[in-house]
Amino acid sequence: MGKNGDLAGEGQLLTVKDVRIRFTQERHSLFEKKRKKEVLKGVSFSMREGEVLGLVGESGCGKSTLAKVILGLEKAESGEVIHRSQHPQMVFQDPYGSLNPAKRIGWILEEPLRIRGGYTAQERRARALAMLGRVGLEEKIAERYPSQLSGGQRQRVCIGAALMLEPKLLIADEAVSALDVTIQAQVLSLLLSLKEEMGLAILFISHDMRVVYQMCDRVLIMKDGQFVESGDVDTVYFSPRHPYTKELLVAAGIREETEK
Amino acid sequence: MKKKKSKNYKIGATITGVLLFFILVGLFWTPYDPDAMDNASKLAGVSFSHIMGCDNFGRDIFSRVLEGSKITLFVAVGTVAIGTLCGIVVGAFTGYYGGIVDELFMRINDALFAFPSILLGLVFISLLGSGKYNVIVALGVAFIPSFARIVRSEFIRCKNMDYVKSAKLAGAGDLRIMFVHILPNVMTVLSSSIMIGFNNAVLAEAGMSYLGIGVQPPDASLGRMLSEAQTYLFSAPGFALFPGIVLILMVLGFSLLAEGIKEGAGYA
Repeated sequence: MGKNGDLAGEGQLLTVKDVRIRFTQERHSLFEKKRKKEVLKGVSFSMREGEVLGLVGESGCGKSTLAKVILGLEKAESGEVIHRSQHPQMVFQDPYGSLNPAKRIGWILEEPLRIRGGYTAQERRARALAMLGRVGLEEKIAERYPSQLSGGQRQRVCIGAALMLEPKLLIADEAVSALDVTIQAQVLSLLLSLKEEMGLAILFISHDMRVVYQMCDRVLIMKDGQFVESGDVDTVYFSPRHPYTKELLVAAGIREETEK
Repeated sequence: MKKKKSKNYKIGATITGVLLFFILVGLFWTPYDPDAMDNASKLAGVSFSHIMGCDNFGRDIFSRVLEGSKITLFVAVGTVAIGTLCGIVVGAFTGYYGGIVDELFMRINDALFAFPSILLGLVFISLLGSGKYNVIVALGVAFIPSFARIVRSEFIRCKNMDYVKSAKLAGAGDLRIMFVHILPNVMTVLSSSIMIGFNNAVLAEAGMSYLGIGVQPPDASLGRMLSEAQTYLFSAPGFALFPGIVLILMVLGFSLLAEGIKEGAGYA
């Protein structure tokens, strides 16, 4: 097991090889040199089918950038991302910004099918209603606007919309951080049951060590654009090797500070 | 959505509704032919046969007001339609893509914006010649910058929202994202500025016709009637008063509607 996580070859759902990306910083004055900040410093990892992989790290360490690179929303400067899944989808952190406020829930759920094409209006409607049932919402919600739903309901709709195209890989970027604790638990168990049902692999990005432990099979610890530790959750949580991992575990109250 | 409409909205809708009703009636029926002259009733006062009196040629003012507000409204609708449609297209593309084209368009926009739209209208009219269709084109072009600016800023606000990213992930093309996903969110802001645009168009048309470069005789327009009436302001005050009142009501109705839409806006 290398410093950069498991670098396995074929047969993987997703393989990320030595991805690097730099952002140009804004100049504050005309004569200042253009500076580039390295956000991802050569990260590599891979994911199996049906696996839940945790990605932990402090804010600004490059977690979300990595997610965007995987989804193709951001272009890496070097390195490669190899997918075997057709349409990786994403659930965003803020359930208020990720549903179009001008559209009804039913429309939002049908939209991915409409874009892909080849479905009749009845088929689309039927699938959207079925998906509402799957994510634990009532059918009448299809006629509502996002502003009429609670945060937990919205996040369920977001998950449903992401799953309409039946992706093999779902990226959840801080998907429950904006919800209160009881709702969080419900949404997490929904994700886990959907994973079983659909054979979904989930890349679970979070800063909450406890939630990651509940959810994930393996975990990657990220600091300043690099992975510092990776492995099975039990191994990483109970015998961490890197001081940063220890620090995170102590901060989350999972580990006692006294050990040295 | 269940939302209590504001007082502004109700009053504005009532005024506009009543005016629209009269204009609609005026399309099919006016008490007299608006162009028929009658020497006997020159500058006649308010009476049962002529409820708003007659003008200097003995034409029935009520009929002419109906006819005139019809033309004024037609010009306003045409102007706003041109301004809005072109404004949406320009604003959507510049706001969504940004970059050098955006810079270029916005600088042109700034330059156009620096002139009052009525002045721009005057320039176009002097190039195109007068008449109601030319007025529509001239004012419509002059109105594009203000709409483009509103649409552009809304597109910039919306384009980084997560729902746009979701749509991209689902495989939606740029055009679909712009006009199906983002545009409906722009509509609330846009609809109140459309109402304000109506106002400006009504006033601009009246102003241009008053100056004698807008709608040409024998077509009646509220502005033309005011300009014809100014010579008779003291001998026949009704001649200027009634078109003026209708003009004020029209503008008032639209601005109250705009206020009302603004108050009722916001989905979240």
